[in-house]
Parts: sequence; C-alpha cells; structure tokens
Amino acid sequence: MTATTTDPVLSFDEAMARFDPVLGLEVHVELNTVSKMFCGCSTVFGAPPNTQTCPVCLGLPGSMPVVNGKAVEAAIRIGLALNCSIAEWCRFARKNYFYPDMPKNFQTSQYDEPIAYDGWTEVDVDGTTYRIDIERAHMEEDTGKSLHVGGATGRIHGADHSLVDYNRAGIPLIEIVTKPVEGTGAQAPQVARAYVAHLRDLLLGLGVSDVRMEQGSLRCDVNLSLRESPSAPFGTRSETKNVNSLRSVERAVRYETGRQAARLAAGERVVQETRHWHEDTGITTPGRSKEEAEDYRYFPEPDLVPIAPDRAWVEQLKAGLPEPPRERRARLQQEWGFSDLEMRDTVGAGALGLVEETIAAGASPAAARKWWLSEMARRANEQGVELTALAVTPADVARVQALVDEGKVNDKLARQVFDGVLAGEGTPDEVVEKRGLAVVSDEGALSAAVDRAIEANPDVAQKIRDGKVAAAGALIGAVMKEMRGQADAGRVRELILEKLA
Amino acid sequence: MSDPTRRTAAELADALASGETSSVELTRAHLDRIAAVDGDVHAFLQVDAEGALAAARASDERRAAGTPASVLDGVPIAVKDVLATEGLPTTCGSRILEGWVPPYDATVVARLRQAGLPILGKTNMDEFAMGSSTEHSAYGPTHNPWDLSRIPGGSGGGSAAAVAAFEAPLAIGTDTGGSIRQPGAVTGTVGVKPTYGGVSRYGLVSLANSLDQAGPVTRTVLDAALLHEVVGGHDPLDSTSIDQPLPALVEAARQGASGDLSGVRLGVVKELTGEGYQAGVQQRFDEAVQLLVGAGAEVVEVSCPTFVHALATYYLILPAEASSNLARFDAMRYGLRVYPDGVDAPSAEEVMRATRDVGFGDEVKRRIILGTYALSSGYYDAYYGQAQKVRTLVGRDFATAFEKADVLLSPTAPTTAFKIGEKVDDPLAMYLNDLATIPANLAGVPGISVPSGLADEDGLPTGLQVLAPATADDRVYRIGAAAERLLLEKWGGPLLDRAPDLAGASA
Repeated sequence: MTATTTDPVLSFDEAMARFDPVLGLEVHVELNTVSKMFCGCSTVFGAPPNTQTCPVCLGLPGSMPVVNGKAVEAAIRIGLALNCSIAEWCRFARKNYFYPDMPKNFQTSQYDEPIAYDGWTEVDVDGTTYRIDIERAHMEEDTGKSLHVGGATGRIHGADHSLVDYNRAGIPLIEIVTKPVEGTGAQAPQVARAYVAHLRDLLLGLGVSDVRMEQGSLRCDVNLSLRESPSAPFGTRSETKNVNSLRSVERAVRYETGRQAARLAAGERVVQETRHWHEDTGITTPGRSKEEAEDYRYFPEPDLVPIAPDRAWVEQLKAGLPEPPRERRARLQQEWGFSDLEMRDTVGAGALGLVEETIAAGASPAAARKWWLSEMARRANEQGVELTALAVTPADVARVQALVDEGKVNDKLARQVFDGVLAGEGTPDEVVEKRGLAVVSDEGALSAAVDRAIEANPDVAQKIRDGKVAAAGALIGAVMKEMRGQADAGRVRELILEKLA
Repeated sequence: MSDPTRRTAAELADALASGETSSVELTRAHLDRIAAVDGDVHAFLQVDAEGALAAARASDERRAAGTPASVLDGVPIAVKDVLATEGLPTTCGSRILEGWVPPYDATVVARLRQAGLPILGKTNMDEFAMGSSTEHSAYGPTHNPWDLSRIPGGSGGGSAAAVAAFEAPLAIGTDTGGSIRQPGAVTGTVGVKPTYGGVSRYGLVSLANSLDQAGPVTRTVLDAALLHEVVGGHDPLDSTSIDQPLPALVEAARQGASGDLSGVRLGVVKELTGEGYQAGVQQRFDEAVQLLVGAGAEVVEVSCPTFVHALATYYLILPAEASSNLARFDAMRYGLRVYPDGVDAPSAEEVMRATRDVGFGDEVKRRIILGTYALSSGYYDAYYGQAQKVRTLVGRDFATAFEKADVLLSPTAPTTAFKIGEKVDDPLAMYLNDLATIPANLAGVPGISVPSGLADEDGLPTGLQVLAPATADDRVYRIGAAAERLLLEKWGGPLLDRAPDLAGASA
C-alpha cells in the first residue's frame, strides 16, 4: 500500500535549528521460549495458521493461564541487563479492549506493577555516549495476527473478510519502555537507532530472543515531541507504531521531527495521537487520536497469583549475566586490533557476533571482518535480510578462508564456494568437490598453459624479456582465462617471469 | 434393590461394592426418574443418557475386574452447566453459548470421569451464574421440588433441585456468593463451598475469578465429603489452586456424625442473624445451635462489623471481574452469531454488538455495565480499589472471629424459597438472598449448608451455614455432620422424606 500525505515537513536541519527533540522508545521483544506465556503451545515461527493453539491461548470459556517460569526468568535477566530494579512482588493485569485477534478481548499484561523498573543503559553515537533511562520492562502476551482480505488497503476498512491466525496469540512479550530521552539534539535519529541496535545486541547476548525485526520478534514504537528549548516543558508527543527496522527507526524520528516542526512553526499544535509508519514512502499517517483512545480498565488478573521472585534467585541470575555489549565491544576491539572505524562498521552491520564466531573457528580477525562486511553484507543486502539470516555459518566462512590460506582456492573461487553454500549445496569442502573449484596446482598443466600463452602473444613476451615486467598482466590474464580462473595467479606470474627471464 | 434414587451416594457405593446393584442399573434408574419428573422440575439443560450409560458399563467392567477407579465408581452425578464438558454442550444458561460444545473437560469433570462417575447431564443455572433463583436462565426457570411454583435458589438451582427431586444422588455446583449453599438451604439439601483454591477452577466458566469455587451438592454431609475428596486437591492448570493435600474430609464427616462436640467453640455471627431473617428461618437456626450445645459444644457470640458492607463490596468486585470475563463472547469464534438488522455488510464490531445484545440477558447486561463503570479510568479507586480494601477487612473480621471460635454459624439464607417471578424485577431484593453467604466468598473460607428444618410459617426448608477458616474444610464437615445427625434424630428421618411426591413420580 502507498500512503500519501499533504503534511508539510520542515527540513531536519531547519527543525533542529528551531526545536529540541525529546524521544521515548517502546520496544516489544518476543521471547524465544519453547512454549507460550500462559500455556504449553509451541512458539515456533511460521507454522501453518492455527496449528499452535489450545483452549488457553484461544481464550475458550473456562480456560485459565499458568505463567511460564522461563519467561519470567528471561524478563528478570533483561531487567538486570538494563540495570533495573527487580520487583519484590508484582502482578499481571488485564488490559481490556475488543479486537478479534485477541481471543479473550483482554490482553494479560502488567500495569502498575512491572517485573523490572528504573534502569538505565548507554549507547554510543559517533564517539558520544548517551545515557538512556529505562522506565520499566514488563511481561505480556502477544495477540493473534489479522489478515484483512480484499479491499485496496489491507486494512480492516474495505476488506471483504478477515482471517485470524492465533499461533502468535500468547507468545511471551517483554515491553521495554524508556523514560523521556533528552539532550540528543540533532543526533536524535541516530540515538534512537543506536538504542534499538544496542537492545538487539543485548538481547542476543542474553539469548532470550531471536530479535529478528523482519519477523516481528523485535518491534519498536517511537514517541517524539519537540519543544522550543531544552529548558522548556515537554511538547505534545506522537507515537509512531510498528517501526520495524533499524533504518526505519532513524527515518521515522527524522520524519516526525520535520512534520511536527512544520506544524509548530506554522503556529499549529501537535495532536497527541498514534501514527502509522509507512516503510515504502518513509512517512507517517494519523492513527487513533487520544480523544478516541480506549479506556483499558486495567485491573489485577485474578486467575494468576502474584510473582515474588526469590532474591537469591535474582542474585544468581545477575551473576550469570553475559558481558554487557559495550564492555564486550571494547574488549573485542582490543583483542582484534580493529580501528574505531572498523569496529563501528562491524557493529553497525550487525556482524559483531558473526565475526567473533568466525575468529573462534580459526579465521584471522581481518579475514573474518572482510568476508562478513563485504561479500556477506552484499548478499544479505541483495536478499533483503539480516546477516544472521544468511544460510552460511561463521564456521563456513572460516573454512573458506582456510581454503584460501592453503592455496586451494583463490578469492574469486572463494566467492563461488559461497554461492554453493548459500544455494544449499553443502559444506565449503563439498562445494569445492562438487563444483570442481580447486585451484590447478599441477605444475605441468600450468607450465604448458604458460608456454601456450607466451607462444600466442609474442609481442607481449618480448616486452617482458625487455624488462617491462608490468606487461606480465596480459599473459596472466590469458592463462587464467584458459584455466577458467582455477589457478593461483601468483604462481602463474612467477612461472611467466621465470620462463622469460 | 429398593428404589435406588432414594438412597444416598454412600449407600449406592456400598451396594456397588457388594455387587448388590450395577452402575448401569443405577444410571438407568436415575435417567428414568429424570424422564418422569424433569418436565416439571426442569433441573437439566442437557441429559446425556448415552454417555452416562456408556460410562456406567465401563464402571461395571472395572468392578467385575476388581479394579474400581474410586469409592464412588459407578455412582451417577449431575454437573452444573458452567463446567466445560468435552463433547457435551455447555451453555452457562446463556443464549450466547447456545450449541457450544467444548473441546476439553474442566478439571473437576475430568476427575469425575477418572473416578468413574457417569455424568447424567448438565444442570440449569442463572445465566453465567448471576442470580439467586435460576430464573435468569435463558432456557427457563427450574422449579423447587418442595413447591413447583417456587424458586430452587440460584445460581445453581438446577443442581440442588436435581438432588432434591432424586434425579441424581450427587451434583456439582459452583458458588461465587452462595450459589451452592443458598439453593441447598431452600431445597433441603446439602451444599459445600470449599476453601478458595481447594477445588480446581480450570474449565469452570468464570463469573468472578477471585470468588468462584466449585463444590458438592448432595443430600447428606457424608456424600458431600466423598465427592469433595474426588474432585478436590491441587491442579497445576489452576494457578490459584492450593498446592497441599486436602484435609481428611470423609473422616471428619464420620467423626462429626459420632456426635461428641465437647471442646468445640461455635461462633454465632451477630451481623448474620436477627433483623432481615424470616422468623421461621431464625427459629430453626436457634434450635439447631441448641442441639449442638446439647452435644457438648460451647457457643460464643462474635461480631464481624464489616460484614454489613460485604454485599456492596461483592457487587463491585463481581461485576468488575465478570465484565472482563464476558468480553470474550464476541461471536467471532464460537457460540451465537447475530447479524444486525438492515446492515448490508456489517463490520466485526457491529456483529459483536448485535450478538451481545441478543445473546445476553438483562441481569448479565446489568452487571457488565456496573463492572465496566467500576473499572473505568477515574472511578477505579473509588469503586474497585475501595472494594478490595473492604474485602481485606472482611478477611480480618474472619481472622478475629476464628480466634474466638472454631467455626462460625448463621442461617444460610435469610428466607425460604420465594415464588417464581416474585423478585425478578427487583434486583436489590434478589441480591439480599446472599447476605449471609457472600462474606465467605470474599474471604475465601469454606462453608456448608445443611438442612435445619421447615419454617413454621410456610413449611419450606431452611438451612444452617457452618463456616471455617481457610483450608480447614474438615471442620465444616465435622460440625455439619453433627448437626445433620442430631436433626435427623429429632425429625425421625431425612427432611426430604417430607417433600411432596412429584407429579408423574414413579415411587
């Protein structure tokens, strides 16, 4: 769908010259627990619709929830990793509203008693560190997924009918809410992006979520308001829903800044409302305004008993937390000898863990970085997926580099090996075998090919004999062509120079 | 054997164990009785003759093989239509669930099946258990076997009437504010509301989750204890279920029936007697207390001042929870679906609205509106929040009272059964029926109602309520059984023997 708008937008620079932005980010994380939040149903992504359901997640009359202890554990670990206080005692609450993809017509969530609260974390943008205060991290269940069929917009209005898949209903979610983020100035878009990227790394490190933004396991709502100066009271905010890629987070902040600035500059007020983000056009359009907002009538979920995490257990979970992302990055940069720029590019590409694992599998830091940030990044970009979604493992990359180091393949052949691995043809060694990609190391065959090239290009050969070594390139090219690339170009060069010495 | 429908469940269990009768014979006898009298009583919404007889045959095979599943294996039972029964329609007395067949069993039902009790059918009730007369059933009222022009109590009037009319020896009820005990009182039967968390609520379609509790509906205290031990105990599917073994209930009932109550302190709750209680009800209550004193018990008067606010508290908490529970009935996935008149291509929201308008009765709508209001932003603290505080105080009053007394006594219901139609247009008068039973639900403590006699002025049954501290369900069985035995001796036989023969009855 394509959204059009007549909203005037001020350029970002102009907006920044006149206003000070305040951010607020709400991130929903789907946990990767084996079973759902309140029942034993599977959480595996992509199963046929409505095959992972039971009376509980379908909200059938009489069914009752039972809290998934693993989800509570994950929530506490997330809270601890964000330096939050962990509640001594907290409850679930019902958030009441009617929608067909919500089986009970209330969402079991947490309201005024979140499991984790009052935390903070830090993100780096271009060498500046920003502290982000965390308001809370609470547990809730996901809703089902509606598919509106017919009609032009894919929205419920105008659709012939709607289909609902309840496989997602009841998947455990953690909602992480920041306090207002002030003091970012013109860096606001990058800070927002860096925060979400940082959360993604942190959650990945904790192993609690797949954090696949493209599959919706990490979803972001962006709150933004503008004010005349950093000392002025907060302005009216908009909440842009479902901004589901790092790039979009940055773009959405940028767009909303320009849109709100244009309104304020024209003497209009910003309407407090939710807004829809349009990935294709990079704009937002109005959703529900506060005037029509639901009264959710929260009250404590009477079917569940309060959660009172044992303090010793919380301490144990705290002691078992992995190294925080910033510390980890600093350590790895030192170990690998990367420059600041190389490190930033590696982190920015979401390749930190992949590079680390590739090095662990035997590759040098430089080689690991090279493959992931060039060849793999290009392929991921072509496929429109994250690096981690590519069908190639760090072990594969390390093995291909080893083949290069052993002289079995050259860089060009290595790319073909990756083609094969990505096409599901097997391990790098199997691809080399099946595709016959090994470099010709048979000296006799190579020597004969060099002789033929010299014979076919007497002028060039003479130039080399005369000392114009640079001319060897033409002969190397001819040999490589004959060998269909499967030769070690360095050895070919040596042979040519030997023969024409 | 002589008419098996007149015998207690304990006697039937003995007859089955001795081979004197078979489960098929018992089940047939009760199905015949239902066929004969239920046209007048209307205790049942669904009779599952085929399923019950199949279960009875399986039970007889187990008996023949010497491997009965429980003491009550083969004794038939009726189940209130608020509990999910796999393969058997479950309506909660509401049109909105017309035709819904659950794909799963409530834990209580699963335990009945496991223990080998053939399920005769599902009993009538006030819609979603909202009422004290069973008149709010969308499928028509149940009639009191003592006088067919009168109500059998509610919401579980169907279960109580089925047992009182000898259509079933046992039944399961649910009690949110008195829906087991008050019908017991007005039909001359026994009803127990266990400690909150003592019997699994999984599969019990919630009215008010923090108050609901399923329990036995029977003709004797011993039968109730036998049934309670079958259905009670921890259930991992219900997070509010108590993770500890039940007290020895059958033993307590037997001990109570032996008669000696020396050392037992009975607390008579000042706020639950006197004004507002029908003279005959009060009189039978006072006599029952005297009988217990005669057996060695000591009486103390206790005061629970916050009980006077219990009704108001209850009518905030219950509608709040109910309004949220009932939101799921939206015509999207199961149950009734009504399309609005004159709307060409109705939206999901319009279908929800039309369905809920037609599918819910007035009392349900009344409570949804009350509950929605009580939870609304800006009113929550004044209503729901305040009610929770009073609820805490009610619990404290109980705690103080239980320091002075082992059990608390009161009449179960303030009046005997009233005429069908008499209070249906006066919700407040209807609500007052549960004055004495509601405090136990607010505090989660167990209670029993046993017949205390017939009121002089109308000749209708009255009930004695015994309340005990949470998890001390054994005490209500002990004192209940003692009262039952002393009263039986006084009457010279069961009270129900004095109930009129029902038209068409085969006995």
